[in-house]
Amino acid sequence: MTPENNTPRHGAPAVRARRQMEHFVADVAETPLQATDKVREDNAPLSLWGEAWRNLRRQPLFLIAAFLILVVMAVSLFPGLFSPVDPSSEACQLANSDGGPAAGHPLGYTQQGCDVYARVIFGTRSSVTVGLFTTLAVLLVGGIIGALAGYYGGWVDAILARINDIFFALPLILGAIVVMQLPMFRANRTAWTLVVILATFGWPQLARITRGAVLEVRNADFVMAARSLGVSRVGALLRHVLPNALAPIVVVATISLGTFIVAESTLSFLGIGLPPSVMSWGNDIQAAQSSLRSNPMPLLYPAIALSITVLSFIMLGDALRDALDPKARKR
Amino acid sequence: MNTSVEILEAGYDAERPLLEIQDLAISFATSNGEVQAVRNAHLTIMPGETVAIVGESGSGKSTTALAAIGLLPGNGRVSAGRILFDGEDISNAGEKRMIELRGNSIGMVPQDPMSNLNPVWKIGFQVRETLKANGLPSGPGDVAKVLSEAGLPDAARRAKQYPHEFSGGMRQRALIAIGLSCQPRLLIADEPTSALDVTVQRQILDHLDKMTSELGTAVLLITHDLGLAAERADKVVVMYRGQVVESGPSLELLQNPRHPYTQRLVASAPSLASRRIQVAKELGVESDELLAPGEDVVVEPALPEEVLQIENLSKVFKLRSGFGRSTDFTAVDDVSFGVRRGTTTAIVGESGSGKSTVAQMVLNLLAPTSGKIIFDGVDTSTLNTKQIFAFRRRVQPIFQDPYGSLDPMYNIFRTIEEPLRTHRIGDKASREKKVRELLDQVALPQSAMQRYPNELSGGQRQRVAIARALALDPEVIICDEAVSALDVLVQAQVLNLLAELQSRLGLTYLFITHDLAVVRQIADHVCVMEKGKLVETGSTDDVFDSPQRDYTKALLNAIPGARLMLPPEVA
Repeated sequence: MTPENNTPRHGAPAVRARRQMEHFVADVAETPLQATDKVREDNAPLSLWGEAWRNLRRQPLFLIAAFLILVVMAVSLFPGLFSPVDPSSEACQLANSDGGPAAGHPLGYTQQGCDVYARVIFGTRSSVTVGLFTTLAVLLVGGIIGALAGYYGGWVDAILARINDIFFALPLILGAIVVMQLPMFRANRTAWTLVVILATFGWPQLARITRGAVLEVRNADFVMAARSLGVSRVGALLRHVLPNALAPIVVVATISLGTFIVAESTLSFLGIGLPPSVMSWGNDIQAAQSSLRSNPMPLLYPAIALSITVLSFIMLGDALRDALDPKARKR
Repeated sequence: MNTSVEILEAGYDAERPLLEIQDLAISFATSNGEVQAVRNAHLTIMPGETVAIVGESGSGKSTTALAAIGLLPGNGRVSAGRILFDGEDISNAGEKRMIELRGNSIGMVPQDPMSNLNPVWKIGFQVRETLKANGLPSGPGDVAKVLSEAGLPDAARRAKQYPHEFSGGMRQRALIAIGLSCQPRLLIADEPTSALDVTVQRQILDHLDKMTSELGTAVLLITHDLGLAAERADKVVVMYRGQVVESGPSLELLQNPRHPYTQRLVASAPSLASRRIQVAKELGVESDELLAPGEDVVVEPALPEEVLQIENLSKVFKLRSGFGRSTDFTAVDDVSFGVRRGTTTAIVGESGSGKSTVAQMVLNLLAPTSGKIIFDGVDTSTLNTKQIFAFRRRVQPIFQDPYGSLDPMYNIFRTIEEPLRTHRIGDKASREKKVRELLDQVALPQSAMQRYPNELSGGQRQRVAIARALALDPEVIICDEAVSALDVLVQAQVLNLLAELQSRLGLTYLFITHDLAVVRQIADHVCVMEKGKLVETGSTDDVFDSPQRDYTKALLNAIPGARLMLPPEVA
């Protein structure tokens, strides 16, 4: 000790010297010694996704969302199983115009005399198709651009990030409205045209998220460890960086799936989305608008279907975010 | 079990302990039910006394201290026992009473100076906040006084700065200033210096000693370093798995540890060990016994060739400073040394001395600005892609952070198998056999293969990292602070493993560390770096016995516990 530390800590050295200091030793039997740093072998091994699944299984929010999404998927794949009635315009009978619920037609009829229930069921497919495939396209485009920008940095990042910013400044709906007005798109309005256009304006958000997630993982020690093992640069990106950056990307993609479904309905409602011949919730809402005061039901039911679908995807995203939160992961 | 021979004299037995913890039990409510973190803990601090709690991570030492200041996390509670502060039971005191006590009766210096100051407020504001909360005068003059008492030069100006403008040591001084600003009677210092360089650590602890002895403050020091505890405290309390296993006067505890855990702790404390780990050549010797001083069985052969030569190595980083301008920062400045095959060379220095930059250049992950790195006769900067791939096989790293260096998505099998797969060695079955062998070599059970890194402790992860580095049968292993994040016992275990592997496989280590105590245990040669320059090189014995430079001397002096006298059979 330095001399100053030898001086007593407070004013009464005599007290300290006389103070009794017990040398206590615990009973060894009560405090048994264990091998240093033993591996726990009792519980089952858990990966990140395994752990997330264990958490999710117990969350009502996730269970409800997952159930609803499964139902929506089943309806969009096999609408015939859920409604025996032919909903197409040719089958509609004007005699049933604005009719109330009847046997076999639980939700009544539209102004054109079409079965509302059947139209809601058969309209699911176009909404889900647009939502799902737009999300996949956005994941592909935004994911690749974001990952390259984040991982390579430098001038690659500078260029890609600026392009990203330009597209980010264009609002999704506004951009889609403008582009859909172009003659070449107006001429062939299908679900796939919508997918292309929504993906064109929808990718920047995902690219930004991916870039951030990749940037965070890129400098992790395990990436450097992999590189010094001889793993190539691209190999490290694919095998180490992307899998670890996936969690936030999945969450954002799930939530944006809901937004794309809304976008499809909005465009169809405005009359520039899917043509009236294609059944979709947006078209139905638009058609029901004219009879809103006399018979609001045909508008209400597709709107409810739309809300529930979008809500369940957003709830799923929320639940996933909680389960995959890197801060909640034990070290 | 009272060994004290002193008898209290009349008049002093009335003295009341400042803090008394009796049969304390603390439990946490977790998703797996109630978990007992602390059991039967007891501890007494007299006014003005310094008491240290020593233990490995997870031993309950911080939890005990947090309970004393009423700051247990929301899911924790005192389930039994009493905490008496100056005779008053505060174990279940209301929040209002605790707020009264905090600051002016019980102060706290938290562990990590980097994250415990709010980055958006000026230092002065944060000091004033404490003074105000405790109803003390809080003008600019008072703030400056508090800061200057904590050893911050030019305090009035410093008070107007933000935390990011402070170095780690200065931040810790600011935190000590805040902790002591209201002149509490008890100061809880939770690992106050574990994030700092040794020399800074020493200054801070000296200063803390001086201040608390002037004010007559009692200190509860929490540390994992037995040497530091023994040097700074009157009394040491050893905690293990939530229980107090031994407590007593610090020197006596060190010289005469009675509980097997304390004995183990004393035996492996790096700051107290005085010699290199000698690996017994005979088979069948348990690694746990290797720390005991063994016979010098290694016959010094003729000097082996230098497998790695570093010549005039420099690295200049361009730092951006404003529009398009950049200033040069020389991280490594004209460094030359050689590493002989089968030996360990340590590079020692404080943070910012450029030692890790050297490691990254040797690993060929960073291109040197000038100078050469010659590995086995070939300049590594001239290698093409294919040759670099082959070079990677022969030179492997072990990184500092055992939590960061393993991919959390890979299970242990995939982690260790990855280098084999990358270098296309063997088929699936033979790779699995090799992974099993490697796990045996690092003393991990084969059942660990299916585990994920987040299920392993730091030491276990570091052993996985060692197994991965060994997978390709490398010649040189670069250990960048490979043991500094580990608890002492685990650290000793990993160092033993490294020494054993070296003698068995003839490995060459380049060992980067800030901890001279570790150097003495593992290294044959030492290179001391200061601010990018190599200031001293030599054999470990020479450098430790007769350091030539002041800087080296300062580093050596700063090893906590280095100046304690211990009987040889303990050290």
